[in-house]
Amino acid sequence: MILMAEVILKPIGNFDLTVEAEAITPDNFAGKTAVEIGEILIWQAPAQAKLSEFFSVEGNGGSSAEDTTITIDGDVPRVKRIGQEMTAGKIIIKGSTGMHVGNTMAGGEIIVEGNAESWPGMEMKGGLLHIKGDTLDHVGCAYRGSWHGMTGGRIVIDGNAKNQVGGGISGGEIIIGGNVDNFCGIRMNGGLIVVKGNAVRTTAAEMTGGVMVVGGRIEKFSPGFEMEAVECDLKFDDIECAGEFMKFTGDYAIPQKGKGTLYVSYENNECL
Amino acid sequence: MAGTIAIKNGYVYDPLNEVDGEVMDIFIKNGKVVTELSAAEMKDAKEIDAKGKTVMPGGVDSHSHVAGAKVNTGRMMRPEDHYKYYQKKTPIAHSGCGYTVPSVYLGGYEYSKMGYTTVFEAAVPPMEARHTHEEMRSIPMLDMAGYLVLGNNWFLMRYLKEGDIDKAAAYVSWMMKTHKTYGIKCVNPAGVENWGWGENVSALDEANIHFEVTPEDIIKGLAEINEQLGIPMPMHLHANNLGHPGCWEITRDSLKIPKSIKAKPNTDVEWAETKMKAQRHQSVYLTHCQFNAFGGTSWRDFESGVKGITDYVNSNDHVVMDSGCVPFGDATVMTGDGPAIHDLYQLTGNKWSNTDVECECGSGVLPFTYLKSNPIHSVQWAMGLETLLYVKDAWKSIMTTDSPNGGPFTKYPQIIAWLMSNKARQDTFEECHKWASDRSGLASETREMSLSEIAIVTRANAARTTGLAHSKGTLAVGADGDVAVYDIDAKKIDVNDYESIIRGFQNASYTIKGGEVITQDGEILAIPEKNTFYSDIAIKADSEKEMLKDVKSWFKYYTIGFNNYPTPDKYLANPTPIKVNAER
Repeated sequence: MILMAEVILKPIGNFDLTVEAEAITPDNFAGKTAVEIGEILIWQAPAQAKLSEFFSVEGNGGSSAEDTTITIDGDVPRVKRIGQEMTAGKIIIKGSTGMHVGNTMAGGEIIVEGNAESWPGMEMKGGLLHIKGDTLDHVGCAYRGSWHGMTGGRIVIDGNAKNQVGGGISGGEIIIGGNVDNFCGIRMNGGLIVVKGNAVRTTAAEMTGGVMVVGGRIEKFSPGFEMEAVECDLKFDDIECAGEFMKFTGDYAIPQKGKGTLYVSYENNECL
Repeated sequence: MAGTIAIKNGYVYDPLNEVDGEVMDIFIKNGKVVTELSAAEMKDAKEIDAKGKTVMPGGVDSHSHVAGAKVNTGRMMRPEDHYKYYQKKTPIAHSGCGYTVPSVYLGGYEYSKMGYTTVFEAAVPPMEARHTHEEMRSIPMLDMAGYLVLGNNWFLMRYLKEGDIDKAAAYVSWMMKTHKTYGIKCVNPAGVENWGWGENVSALDEANIHFEVTPEDIIKGLAEINEQLGIPMPMHLHANNLGHPGCWEITRDSLKIPKSIKAKPNTDVEWAETKMKAQRHQSVYLTHCQFNAFGGTSWRDFESGVKGITDYVNSNDHVVMDSGCVPFGDATVMTGDGPAIHDLYQLTGNKWSNTDVECECGSGVLPFTYLKSNPIHSVQWAMGLETLLYVKDAWKSIMTTDSPNGGPFTKYPQIIAWLMSNKARQDTFEECHKWASDRSGLASETREMSLSEIAIVTRANAARTTGLAHSKGTLAVGADGDVAVYDIDAKKIDVNDYESIIRGFQNASYTIKGGEVITQDGEILAIPEKNTFYSDIAIKADSEKEMLKDVKSWFKYYTIGFNNYPTPDKYLANPTPIKVNAER
């Protein structure tokens, strides 16, 4: 039997300036007592301060990252980078969180019960990031300037996301329960993106590989795609997309003449 | 006493002075190498025990893109190059970031940690000279100079078409002074001008649009002017068709053009007392040979064409070249060859930038990653090493990565390891695509360079080629007190343990500049004064006057005024003119 150790962090500090909390990971908490965890230094703007100045700490870390669960008991929309580079274990955020949650995470699980700001799961390599509310831009995307996005793992957003979901993704899965805005799946070259709701424009633009599914309506369809067939009830391992879909390949608008696949709901896009 | 130091008992490698690993003491007084220090001077001097260590002159990089508009464009378009690679500030050193295109400060520190003390910026477009000097001024730790891009210059092309070599020479000498630059750089001659019209040139006898001059006219003209003026270094050539399969032939043929031109460097400087003749005798300096040595006819039958060039270099003495090695990993491709960058964009789909520099030249930038799994990249890796290992006389070659085109200069220690250790090469063959061994001859090359040869290709020959060997690239009496001490025991070195070679060259035990210890084991200890060299070429007043009349009448094609064109002295850190006397 694995004994899970739970560390409960309750926000108590002043978060007027955002806090860079890449130190909050099971990897970093494992093997530390509550007191030691409170001593960990984190940055707030130009100054470093102890974690205990921002959070009350209850419970000790487990013997390894795998055995450690961190629960953040409250809203932390001004706290960034929670779970950055984590490899195992679990983080539960019982409210909303700030930017860059689960940045480059390689394993383990993060559950955000509220909303998350931009950049959740940036360049993620493995594990599960589940956001029950909405999020903003750059879900599972590459860092600015790069087109090497998410390479593995799974991101689930129950609500809506905004721009550049899965930019440069080459592996792993992103599932958006709600709607997205522009540039969803831009430069994707592998992996899977499923958007159950609507998309605005430049969907899957410059894709050269991978699969994207849009269950709702695409407001302005990208011009570089060619229709191949109509398929019913798609299934990608455990991910199912019911209904009739038009299957496109592309993006042929770029010199690389992409080999990506874009499924678009037939019912919601009859004009295509 | 400042700048006075004794470096004792090291294995000294000073090829220009014919010192090959002998245990010697090096004495530096007031920043210059001297025979000895008196007992009184020794009392005040700093003393370094270099026992069991390798001592070389400070490294000289004769071709690196470190400053100017192109490098800055690389920085601006590559935030992803910065966020994972950074350095915190220290009480004396600035913070900095950037892996392939580091910020100015970081670039200086990283060169210095490797024992390099002099670096040449490889391409200064005349209109961007101010910007380039502003950045060079801010690059700490290094003496510097820049090469002026002249291979597609409207004024020169016009003079060459008219056959007016005297006016062309007057123009070059005026431009060197005006922009405080050091030597002539010729990039894709005639081709970059055509790129303004969406075209290129593909043969040496193909005339370009409007100006109707051929690459051959330009290479010949610039090489002649170079020697007529007595510029310290040979004309610096980036040949046509670069980066295209089969380009090795046009490169070799380009090298034939200046064969009959005799090298006549004519600098008025104090020469260090080297045993070897420290003046160059070559009339052309080919850059990044690897990129100019592609074989095959397409990417499908791509192969190394290096041998075709090195055979020519081995049997002719008017050529010197640098390698342009590819050490794998991230790079930023940046060149004055705009059309070459566009071709790379079409190949990769990466983000790219192109600039047309009015009446002068052009440029382009594109991020690139060389992968061991990629067949072409693997051959390029092998080719870069071939360019150095196939040239029998190390005095004809210089080690570079054309930083950051083949990879950043911080990979030099890795390249040294490949050159010194066949095992290092064979181990890399195991990891990379089999084309590396199938499409190049490197796998059967067993040559392993000695430390002395490494000293030639990383400092002595770079200094001699650029005409700075009167003070750099040697530890002869009278030379600048620039020294690198590496933690490599020359007598116990085992080249099969190549990781220790990499470690040794990565962080010099001591980097000494002007007799002052500036880094120790990778830590910055002092920020020394730096010099910026440029060629101050004397020319008859009336030829200059005639030429300036033309320049002024053509200045209407520029977007800036004539008076704002020159780069004033204040943009340079310690402007150091090298007097070049065309009249003597």
